Amino acid sequence: MFEPLKPVPRDARIFLGAAFFVVFLAAWALATFGGLIDELFLKDPVYTLKIGIELFTEYGFLKDVGVTVWRVVGGFVLAAAVAVPLGILMGAFKPIEAFFEPFISFARYMPASAFIPLLILWAGVGEAQKLLVIFIGSVFQLVLMISVIVGSTRRDLVEAAYTLGADSGGIVRRVMLPGAAPQIAETLRLVLGWAWTYVIVAELVGSSSGIGHMIMDSQRLLDTGQMIFGIFCIGVIGLVSDLIFKWVNQRLYPWAF
Amino acid sequence: MGFLSVEAVSKEFPGVRGSAVTRALETTDLTVEDNDFITILGPSGCGKSTLLRIIAGLETLGTGRVLLDGAPVARPGPDRGMVFQSYTLFPWLTVRDNIRFGSRASDAKADELIGKVGLRGFENHFPKMLSGGMQQRTALARALANDPKILLLDEPFGALDNQTRALMQELLLGIWEADKKTVLFVTHDIDEAIFMANRVAVMSARPGRIKATLAIDLPHPRHYTMKTTPEFSRYKAEITEQIRVESIRAIEMEAA
Repeated sequence: MFEPLKPVPRDARIFLGAAFFVVFLAAWALATFGGLIDELFLKDPVYTLKIGIELFTEYGFLKDVGVTVWRVVGGFVLAAAVAVPLGILMGAFKPIEAFFEPFISFARYMPASAFIPLLILWAGVGEAQKLLVIFIGSVFQLVLMISVIVGSTRRDLVEAAYTLGADSGGIVRRVMLPGAAPQIAETLRLVLGWAWTYVIVAELVGSSSGIGHMIMDSQRLLDTGQMIFGIFCIGVIGLVSDLIFKWVNQRLYPWAF
Repeated sequence: MGFLSVEAVSKEFPGVRGSAVTRALETTDLTVEDNDFITILGPSGCGKSTLLRIIAGLETLGTGRVLLDGAPVARPGPDRGMVFQSYTLFPWLTVRDNIRFGSRASDAKADELIGKVGLRGFENHFPKMLSGGMQQRTALARALANDPKILLLDEPFGALDNQTRALMQELLLGIWEADKKTVLFVTHDIDEAIFMANRVAVMSARPGRIKATLAIDLPHPRHYTMKTTPEFSRYKAEITEQIRVESIRAIEMEAA
């Protein structure tokens, strides 16, 4: 059964994956219904589900979810619009890499959340500030990862293209870009996941809407059920967006999978 | 002066972090006539691939010059088609689009080449769906699609199993016999070198140079059964002796 790298049948894989959710729920139920944890600190699963449904029906939580999704997507698209072209240029042309790489390597260690007070000062507490937090959090990571992907284009493919008459522009357009595209898409998928952590941080401070704002409000009411439900919502949305990304990638790049 | 002439070419690779300069290729001359089929045979590490890559324009010259059809070679170009030992098909392109990559040849021309290398029915396959032999046949068709002045082959069948390799040799020879191309073929396999060539250029151990060329007067069309004839064996004995000396030298140098 535990033979290294031995594949698992599809049915068994789905069963095992679902089983952990069941184990997780059971442990949660045991801890709360069994009285192991005071309900002040952790509400039980049934209450959490009930209050979650109430959030949607009574308190317009759907609007908060929509706002948060919009912020993540908006900030992320802005970051990708800058990072993808810049990363490709850096990966392909070494002087451009030499110019930007040291600064971006430094910039990516600046935590996006530490910019929030500054950004509030500069951009207020509106949407621009939220988008900027996500932008700063994603853009430097994206640039570096994409530049590494493009820079690691197989040398023998580049040489083959040269012997077939390609010029520099042709190498970038017809070899580096198509070759790197599936990995770039995978990188976007990965960093989109990180963008979700930045948006919540941005919404915890100076915000009047969004999932993070709801979680903050619930803390004041000591409603751990709502807080947990909000966090789970993010998990579900993340999982769904991940699956969509994966599905689209496999359709777009059938040769790579 | 031949169709391709390599004149006093040598190559050194700079030492990395203070280590000594590596001399990859000793001063070498080679003349190739139009429609000639020359194999370059040598022990591993002798610089035979370096020589081919210089002619392809993928390595800069240390000294000397390379002339193709009277014009000096400085950079890679579609007039010198190349097939590499590693599989270099573009994974995101189908067989047909790979063949059309360089020439952007018409569909008709691509189809003709697909037929010639025996890949009919696989036009729309991606490289990962093909065997090694099929990938190299596609690579050959891709190089031919540009209608290059010379075909450069760098151990193109080196990664294939023996049976596939023998079939590929006959396929390439058949194409050459039918279409007449100038071909430069690098290999370390003595049988392959004799079977394919009009002339075999034998290289010395590192730093290599072409130490002898030997004309192979075997009739065309050639068939695999030729490899067991007495004439073939005589060539093989002679070249084996030359190569053996160089291989021993190469091993001694490694030990030193």
